[in-house]
Amino acid sequence: MHPALQGLITIIVGVGGCVGYFYFSNQLLDKVLFPARGPNAGRNINRAGMIRPWLFLFPSIVALGLYLAYPVVETLRMSFMERVPGGGSQFVGLDNYRQMLDEPKFWEALKNNIMWLIIVPAFSTAFGLLAAQLTDRIKWGNIAKSLIFMPMAISFVGAAVIWKLVYDTRPIDQEQIGVLNALYLGFGGEAPRTWLTIPFWNNFFLMAVLVWIQTGFAMVILSAALRGIPEETIEAAILDGANPFQLFFKIKMPQISSTIVVVWTTITIVVLKVFDIVFAMTNGQWGTQVLANYMFDKLFRANDWGVGSASAMVIMLLVTPILIWNVYNARKEMR
Amino acid sequence: MDNIAGTKSSLTWAVHISVALLVALWLFPTVGLLVSSFRTSDQIATSGWWKAAFPSEQNLIIRADGPELQVQEGDLYVIEGDLFEPGIEVTVSVYGVSSRAINSFVAGEMGGLTKGGDIIVSSGGHYRMTNTEPFTGSRGQRIFVTAITPPEFTLANYQNVLFDPDNREGMMKAFINTLTVTIPATIIPILVAAFAAYALAWMDFPGRALLVAAVVGLLVVPLQLALIPLLKFHNEIGIGKGYVGVWLAHTGFGLPLAIYLLRNYMVGLPRDIIENARVDGASEFQIFVKIILPLSFPALASFAIFQFLWTWNDLLVALVFLIDSTGDTTVMTKQIVELLGTRGGNWEILATSAFVSIAVPLAVFFSMQKYLVRGLLAGSVK
Repeated sequence: MHPALQGLITIIVGVGGCVGYFYFSNQLLDKVLFPARGPNAGRNINRAGMIRPWLFLFPSIVALGLYLAYPVVETLRMSFMERVPGGGSQFVGLDNYRQMLDEPKFWEALKNNIMWLIIVPAFSTAFGLLAAQLTDRIKWGNIAKSLIFMPMAISFVGAAVIWKLVYDTRPIDQEQIGVLNALYLGFGGEAPRTWLTIPFWNNFFLMAVLVWIQTGFAMVILSAALRGIPEETIEAAILDGANPFQLFFKIKMPQISSTIVVVWTTITIVVLKVFDIVFAMTNGQWGTQVLANYMFDKLFRANDWGVGSASAMVIMLLVTPILIWNVYNARKEMR
Repeated sequence: MDNIAGTKSSLTWAVHISVALLVALWLFPTVGLLVSSFRTSDQIATSGWWKAAFPSEQNLIIRADGPELQVQEGDLYVIEGDLFEPGIEVTVSVYGVSSRAINSFVAGEMGGLTKGGDIIVSSGGHYRMTNTEPFTGSRGQRIFVTAITPPEFTLANYQNVLFDPDNREGMMKAFINTLTVTIPATIIPILVAAFAAYALAWMDFPGRALLVAAVVGLLVVPLQLALIPLLKFHNEIGIGKGYVGVWLAHTGFGLPLAIYLLRNYMVGLPRDIIENARVDGASEFQIFVKIILPLSFPALASFAIFQFLWTWNDLLVALVFLIDSTGDTTVMTKQIVELLGTRGGNWEILATSAFVSIAVPLAVFFSMQKYLVRGLLAGSVK
């Protein structure tokens, strides 16, 4: 069978099954279990009303529970276990964590991840803020914004290819086809560099890719926040003689500070999960390992589920403060 | 803002220039890839893509006409012809007849053939080989020229990557596989989440607040945690690696955002409409399908775009839940990573393959940007 046809059939079955569940379960509830007629019509409607929310929620709760909540618990459990040759596993307490902490690769990944966590959100937010503020006042601002926003649509893998071309290196006697080396030689560099293998600094070349992607996101959110600032405050400041820089840093920035925090934390979460870029560009070689890729290595290359799960828990631990903060805010809002 | 006193400052020009620079900087890498995908491997290897619009110097290997086309002029055997199509403006600087000496002769000057005889190549690309003996052999002489050729763009890379049935590294199958992953993985969570969001927004039942909080919490749970437990689970229930598994995984991972976005939107719908419908005797199912769904279209569209982009661009979930050792179900992102490993230097293949995978999200992005922005704002600004 042609793969496209196969795909089409599976699509119809999958989506059809989903629509079918909601339609028939509601029919069953209204027509068979608690029909809204006969002697008990009133009671039946009430009962159906009590059950229906759970009918609506059932697939979601199952999916969320199974695909997000259960794995957290299971990964925690697995981080204390070790697989025994021949199947099964045994409890080993904190051994996996101890083993992980003894590995220099882990510390490299953690150190790099912390650098990513500081630099990517900072630069993305700063560039985003700059772009939002600058494009706010000019006529072609919307076009400019949509072009800066565009990398959001590009996959991390696609971005990796795009930037590998930028960082490409050719031997010195050939013409450079990577922009960075062409510029480097143009400004008096001696020999072309292989950018992605320079220890320590290669991390920044990888981070540049994520900054490039995330700046558009920061810009869109911050641009909306800037527009939301009441005009009176700006007019008043101008009348009082504030110059554009004072206007921006003293009047606008304080009023959008909460949005900046939201943007910052959102990008932080993206950074914590960053995997594809490192996987595709260096695969953690030359001192560029990050936690998510370290974990993937442990799980699927070394087949060490115990240490892999332990490193996943480290990522979870880093996310937890944001998780609590989000839930706290959401609860506050609901009241 | 323009007519507020003071905003028209001397900085206006600086602003225009800075924005132009910023846009150029952000666009430059992508344009590089796009341009490269329309160049031949020779062009890519010999000059930076930013020079693609100008004539460039290239080393070319061109085969002259074979011995069967030789003519006799007096006591000389002659093969004569043009290295380039007529009408192309080419300037040959040096040429040679061996791959070890590609620049042994200057254009316009006489050179010698390795098997005897003379050759001359003019700077315009006209060549003339003469010999007192007849030329033998089955194929024409290889001529190596260094020439300045006009800019040229080709669609051959796309032809090769997409439509060449002999190309085992082609993207067509991966493209279809990606589509097969993406479409159900976008539609199913929308359906599931829309019902849940309606229940969370407009139905009264114990535990509602708790569920909303749980959804917000699950929004940030890294999906890395889910990989091994779920793979084990899929193997236990017999799905193994395959489309069903990857759809379920994408559905699970996309649901928190979907429920969160849709619920926030649905809460804002006017209460009167829903209450009136209830009074008129509409069932909850009817209200949902006939009123809530159509009214929530903007939020549905926002989430659909998010989920589409995310599933289309995903690598990790496909690697873990879909792609088995046969590689029949490979998706484009995985294919590109593989090409990066095996074809690291073949930029014409890499650039074209990458662009095939980027093109669809970009089209979606530019046509539905309005909804994407709206969704982003609803998802993060409170």
